[in-house]
Amino acid sequence: MNEIPAPVLEWDLIAPLMVLGAVAVVGVLLEAFVPRGPRFVVQASVAIGGVVAALGTTIWTATRTDVLDGDVLARGQVAAEGALSVDGPSLFTWGLLLVLALLSMLLFAERRLGGGLSAFTGRAADAPGSSGEAEATRHRLEHTEVFPLALFALLGMMLFAASTDLLMMFVALEVLSLPLYVLCGLARRRRLLSQEAALKYFLLGAFSSAFFLYGVALVYGYAGGFGLAEVADAVASRTQERPLLLAGVALLAVGLLFKVGAVPFHSWTPDVYQGAPTPVTAFMAAGTKAAAVVALARVLLVAFGGAEWDWQPAFWAVAALTMLVGAVGSIAQGDVKRMLAYSSIAHAGFILVGVVGATGGDGITSVSSALFYLTAYGVATIGAFAVVMLVRDASGESTDLDTWTGLGRRAPWLAGAFALFMLSFAGIPLTAGFIGKWGVFSAAWAGGLWPLVVLGVLVSAVAAFFYVRVVLTMFFDEPRPDGPLLAVPGAMTTVVVTVAAVATVALGVMPGPVLDLAQQAGAFVR
Amino acid sequence: MNDVLDTAWVLVALPLAGALLLLTWGKESDRFGHWIGTAASAASFVWGAVLFVALAGRDADDRSVTTTLFTWFDVGRVRVDMALTYDQLSALFVLLITGVGTLIHVYSIGYMADDPRRRRFFAFLNLFVAAMLTLVLAADYLVLFLGWEGVGLASYLLIGFWQHKPSAAAAAQKAFVMNRVGDLGMVIAIALMLAHLGTTDIARVATGVPALSDGVVTGLGLLLLLGACGKSAQVPLQAWLLDAMEGPTPVSALIHAATMVTAGVYLIVRSAAIYDASEAARLAVVAVGLVTLLAGAAIGCAKDDIKKALAGSTMSQIGYMTLAAGLGPAGYAFAIFHLVTHGFFKANMFLGAGSVMHGTGDDVDMRHYGALRTAMPVTFFTFAAGYLAIIGFPGLSGFWSKDKIIETAFGFNVWVGLGTLLGAGVTAFYMTRLMAMTFLGRKRWREGVHPHESPAVMTVPLVVLAALSVLGGVMLLGHWITDWLAPVVGEAHHEELPVPAIVLTLSVLVVVAAGVALAWATYGRREVAADAPTDREVGWWTRAARHELYGNAVNDALVVRPTGQLVRGVTAFDKHVVAGAVSGLAGLFRDASQGLGRLQTGFVRSYALVLFGGAAALAAALLAVTIA
Repeated sequence: MNEIPAPVLEWDLIAPLMVLGAVAVVGVLLEAFVPRGPRFVVQASVAIGGVVAALGTTIWTATRTDVLDGDVLARGQVAAEGALSVDGPSLFTWGLLLVLALLSMLLFAERRLGGGLSAFTGRAADAPGSSGEAEATRHRLEHTEVFPLALFALLGMMLFAASTDLLMMFVALEVLSLPLYVLCGLARRRRLLSQEAALKYFLLGAFSSAFFLYGVALVYGYAGGFGLAEVADAVASRTQERPLLLAGVALLAVGLLFKVGAVPFHSWTPDVYQGAPTPVTAFMAAGTKAAAVVALARVLLVAFGGAEWDWQPAFWAVAALTMLVGAVGSIAQGDVKRMLAYSSIAHAGFILVGVVGATGGDGITSVSSALFYLTAYGVATIGAFAVVMLVRDASGESTDLDTWTGLGRRAPWLAGAFALFMLSFAGIPLTAGFIGKWGVFSAAWAGGLWPLVVLGVLVSAVAAFFYVRVVLTMFFDEPRPDGPLLAVPGAMTTVVVTVAAVATVALGVMPGPVLDLAQQAGAFVR
Repeated sequence: MNDVLDTAWVLVALPLAGALLLLTWGKESDRFGHWIGTAASAASFVWGAVLFVALAGRDADDRSVTTTLFTWFDVGRVRVDMALTYDQLSALFVLLITGVGTLIHVYSIGYMADDPRRRRFFAFLNLFVAAMLTLVLAADYLVLFLGWEGVGLASYLLIGFWQHKPSAAAAAQKAFVMNRVGDLGMVIAIALMLAHLGTTDIARVATGVPALSDGVVTGLGLLLLLGACGKSAQVPLQAWLLDAMEGPTPVSALIHAATMVTAGVYLIVRSAAIYDASEAARLAVVAVGLVTLLAGAAIGCAKDDIKKALAGSTMSQIGYMTLAAGLGPAGYAFAIFHLVTHGFFKANMFLGAGSVMHGTGDDVDMRHYGALRTAMPVTFFTFAAGYLAIIGFPGLSGFWSKDKIIETAFGFNVWVGLGTLLGAGVTAFYMTRLMAMTFLGRKRWREGVHPHESPAVMTVPLVVLAALSVLGGVMLLGHWITDWLAPVVGEAHHEELPVPAIVLTLSVLVVVAAGVALAWATYGRREVAADAPTDREVGWWTRAARHELYGNAVNDALVVRPTGQLVRGVTAFDKHVVAGAVSGLAGLFRDASQGLGRLQTGFVRSYALVLFGGAAALAAALLAVTIA
């Protein structure tokens, strides 16, 4: 009888994933066994503790990776039978995702703003506006499943960023997506909008997953394997049936670019960002983008690196379009969350400029520039959404930009922090955003993409227009008498805004350590 | 080496600390703030005297001590140290600045007694002293520039000290703007040094000059001259000095007569190495000095405002110094000599004028004075000492210093010499006129004005300065000043004079006597009208001199109006073209944005269609690239 050999798992290398997965499963059990009274606090503590533990494990793992011999700087190794690559970029992304998730979990756990209730609906099964909903509110019900769901999504993101196997990547894609679809629909306020967002995200996400899967099939047909290394070997050795490969690349890219939020696969972004509960939006905007960018870069540079000249032109166009549509689209937005959504599209474009430069070598590489940009963008995004959570009126968050006029007079610190995030988004020197933009542009320049860099700089100017406009609105217009209430920030949100603001300035003034870390991460290991 | 001369920084630190203390201390220091300011300046003087004695006790070739306090900045190839040089030249300046400065501090206690912002006034005076000391002690052109801008700031603050007067505010602004023009010259000069020598250290620039091309050296000389013109009110940047008389009179005495306005002369002498290497630059210096000398004297003849008459005189005397500095090694020492004696007698006369104003209810019109010698005897006698010194009465300080300049000028060129001779005559004329109109003749006092002598706190500084005006000439005894300065500015070699020196001295005396006699005949013997004749009643030369030789009109026509036109043009361009383009572009983007917004229908089916279309386009693009 044939025995099925047990897979060899390098437990020490994938420990962060194991820790996180275990904590998420424990969260599900807690949901079943802990009584309702203390459940929220227990769940939040376990989730935060789990993220911190995973972060510690990641650092531990990172210190144990070795620099590989070779022409380019690279560290780490392939693990889990070739499914995962625990290399420098993976570990950096894991660390980044965990930090961003930690900040997001604090926002998830914030209960001061909604009168002692979290931002999530009491009983998702009740129809919006029904008597059941009122009853759930009266009994102060809360969905505490959000914490394990978020942890599963986080696990998916970490897997996604580290997958070196197309099938693994697809599984990761689904693990990260499904919990997010659910989370998007759980807003306590404006539930119809939230549910609409969740449904749209789900439908379009499923649609794009199908593209991705079809792409996997085509690439398998070309290469005869799922591993990125196998695909790379096939690309290097086979010259026939190029159209099959390119069709596969295109379809794979659709699934990845959808998650990145690149044009023309961006349509979902404004609606979903607006409808989802703000903590979820923050988590998703910062985390999903980071994971998807790294996954995209890994697929393009590792598997299809040999066919660089074939895919680059099309991706230049995507990057250019993404920057343009994101920046232009945000100008006319009157809603802060939609504005931030378009802004995230524009940032996806800037990151793509760095990625498609496909620069290796000694200087700032495509990968390290993207990693730094993701860090800068991630902290500022979470900080900005945290501020959005605090500006409220009777019906919840007041996201209409008109109601933000003169906010700087009434809440100088809060508006100052938001202005700081806007300036970082705009790429003003002495903020993290400037260093990030400088990084991706110089990586693209080194890759010979100067027209894209020129366009990028011009678009930055356009983008700066609406960021600065928000700052002007907040600080130089008279406050409206019917302006929003400012919720007294709870400890959690205060911590998040403060950490994000400090990080934004620190990364702008002293980018050295993190930039160094991003550069030391080195290239992908196949 | 633990050297007492390494403590030159204390000189700067004392008044700087005084300024900071006075500026930050609250109202409770109003009662004694002026004493703090005076004490800071006096302490700096005492320390300066100690250092001077220490320096004089050294060997002649060991009298230059450079101390590096710290590295100001160090970027790439450029390194600038915060370093001070205490040598023969700066030692003299330190004594002049702190000595005269302290006397003027004392005087100001009385002069500003009724001003509610007296403490602030003393803070600014201290700030000025600190900046001026930085300027003369600097061992690096950039450090010098720090002091240069510092005195400019102090000057601006003090001219406009009575900021409630629009004329004072405007004068301060004018001084500031015109100084900017000169400062630009300095900035470019410093940049040139950096570009060609890689250093701004004064000593290293001096040793590096021979390696430079003639064009660069001349350029450096002319640019530094431009800076000197701005600070020292030399033609063509002279117009601000007369307006600067809007400041309180002690300020006019300290900053706009004795010290700051001579900074240009200091700069030229300090940059001797550059001027020695460029004849063209020297010639430009001489030309500027000669023109200013005569223009200032002419203006001094026509002004009825006692301070403006003195300001014209200051211009003229600094013209003498500039001219002397332009004569090269032969003239440097005499330029500094005249600078010091002028510091004494002009500060004396400005303070005297302040005393007169103090006694006559702040009236500055000399036509309202007359016969003040009896009412204000101390002021009269001290002023008379300054008067005799400036016209060059034999034996007094001005006689020695001016005579030497005229002599050297004749050695350089007969026509330049004649110009300085003429200037001496005109000086005698306008000073006699001023003296006669103010202290002699008949009373022309306005009603209700009862002139009285000023308090002792004001007259004591006058007496001290009068003594210095009389005795300042002792510095020339045994060629002390030339020998003292020789290591810094180079040995003077005597030019062949067209006539013996004694003949020159005698002709100077004759010309001066003629000037005095003419003025006496016009203003002393005859009655002076209490109201000035109108412009129509006087000759064109008086009209021109009254209008400061149309300096303002020239500035207006050459700079102000064209600049105004340019600004209007640029504004119009900005408004119609740039702003139009920007708002057009903004509108374009807004429209595009709204168009994009319309594409965002909210229907998931249309989003899916976009996604599908995008996928098809991406695939098509990839395939198209390959097939092509």
